Amino acid sequence: MNIDNPPTTIEHCNILIIGAGPAGMAAALAAAPSGARIVVIDDNPAPGGQIWRDGPAAHLPPQALRMREALARCANVRLLCCTRVVSTAGAGALLFEDARQGWVQRYDKLILCTGARELLLPFPGWTLPGVTGAGGLQALVKAGMPIEGERIVIAGSGPLLLAAAGTARQAGAQVLRIAEQAGLPAVAGFTAQLLHWPGKARQALGLASTRYRTSTHVVSAQGAGRVESVKLLHAGRETEIACDRLACGFGLVPNTELGRLLGCALAPAGGGVQALSVNSLQATSVAGVYAAGECTGVGGSERALAQGRIAGLAAVEQNAAAQSYIPERAHWQAFADQLHRHFALAPSLKTLAQPDTLVCRCEDVPQARLAACGNWTEAKLHTRCGMGACQGRVCGAAANFLFGWEPPAPRPPLSPARIATLAGTALLPGHDGLP
Amino acid sequence: MKTPDTVTLHINGRPLSVKTGTSVAAALRIADAPRMGVARRSVHGEARAPFCGMGICQECRVDIDGLRRLACQAHCEDGMVVEAAT
Repeated sequence: MNIDNPPTTIEHCNILIIGAGPAGMAAALAAAPSGARIVVIDDNPAPGGQIWRDGPAAHLPPQALRMREALARCANVRLLCCTRVVSTAGAGALLFEDARQGWVQRYDKLILCTGARELLLPFPGWTLPGVTGAGGLQALVKAGMPIEGERIVIAGSGPLLLAAAGTARQAGAQVLRIAEQAGLPAVAGFTAQLLHWPGKARQALGLASTRYRTSTHVVSAQGAGRVESVKLLHAGRETEIACDRLACGFGLVPNTELGRLLGCALAPAGGGVQALSVNSLQATSVAGVYAAGECTGVGGSERALAQGRIAGLAAVEQNAAAQSYIPERAHWQAFADQLHRHFALAPSLKTLAQPDTLVCRCEDVPQARLAACGNWTEAKLHTRCGMGACQGRVCGAAANFLFGWEPPAPRPPLSPARIATLAGTALLPGHDGLP
Repeated sequence: MKTPDTVTLHINGRPLSVKTGTSVAAALRIADAPRMGVARRSVHGEARAPFCGMGICQECRVDIDGLRRLACQAHCEDGMVVEAAT
């Protein structure tokens, strides 16, 4: 693997993999023995995705280290970190940008391993410094954010809350409460099912906490300039907990923007969200474009690894080898199905945002202004909701849950890009530039 | 103090030494503990700090060596100059 200066202007590879999390790494390792020229890009500074995020305070599992080392030994795999997809750049090409420059990468086959993001729902006080996502807290801590001695409340839904609490405790924080919105029967039902996935059961036991409460959700965060307390609601009773930080996430949403921009079809993927639709060999509806991992539906790293291997092998036309991983994928898909069934979000969470609560954090648009609109397009035109820097990635998913609005259609540039990068593609032959 | 395991950057004109591999988002919090590491001001002037931690929400965007970048996806480097909201 070469980590050298990024290429200039136009580069070509056989297989381009977007995202270096478990799915992307597995895809690259599966495809590499074919000798294909492979490029893997990731917008983070190191490979691993969210679950295997590296940093001064990260503790990577042996499997993650093994895969990183194996990738480093592949001379035909090139890993480009801190690199983002800005846009498509004509057929079979994408426009990239890193901290220094933009360039066009052409490919024969494309594997989308764009992962998932947290579902971050608005409630009063969610914009205060000290409020983060639950997975967001983990990511920040692994990257060296000190939280020693902080009093932390963790809230939202899903097993990620326990993982975040584990990370926080390990970093020396005091976890005061873990508030799970799902009810006890659902959580107990999920835990009972874990016997089918012994590794997951062991993980859950290791994370068990006396601070965990079911049927409990955040009401608001208070403080002057930063979080000073959090109000939680359980069985109709509100309690206020003095704290320094609130980590709140309501599960995960597949990152489908790039796939949709390429024309890939979506399919319902559990948890009320849409994901990239794939066939048994991880091929999307667009020829030559595969998808693996959380962008095809949230299901954890083991499912992502199996999907990544299948996609990598299918992309180098080793279909029989690819099919040998189908039973493993099915085993972890069943785990994902349990997850979605038991941690479904309570409709009452739709009322967390008050009329003056900002829903769009980029353009400071309050709930009341959105509630007056009939759909996403109307909201965008009248309020600028979703037109800010995050391009609707946070508020679009929130509005989907709050109002049932279809998430916005992705438009280039997919992330804020420099003028020089955009100007570069406008000059390419056969490409009519960007809007 | 400079050691092989640390890098020194400047945040709003003040020097700060952090462990190698530390993100700029983490450095903001170290430099500005009382305000939990404010990165930017919203369109209505509210202080905002790193939120999603994974390059999605754009709340942690700051000026790094003259370029607007996400603090959560940038590693601290020796001599880096970071301008965040005050």
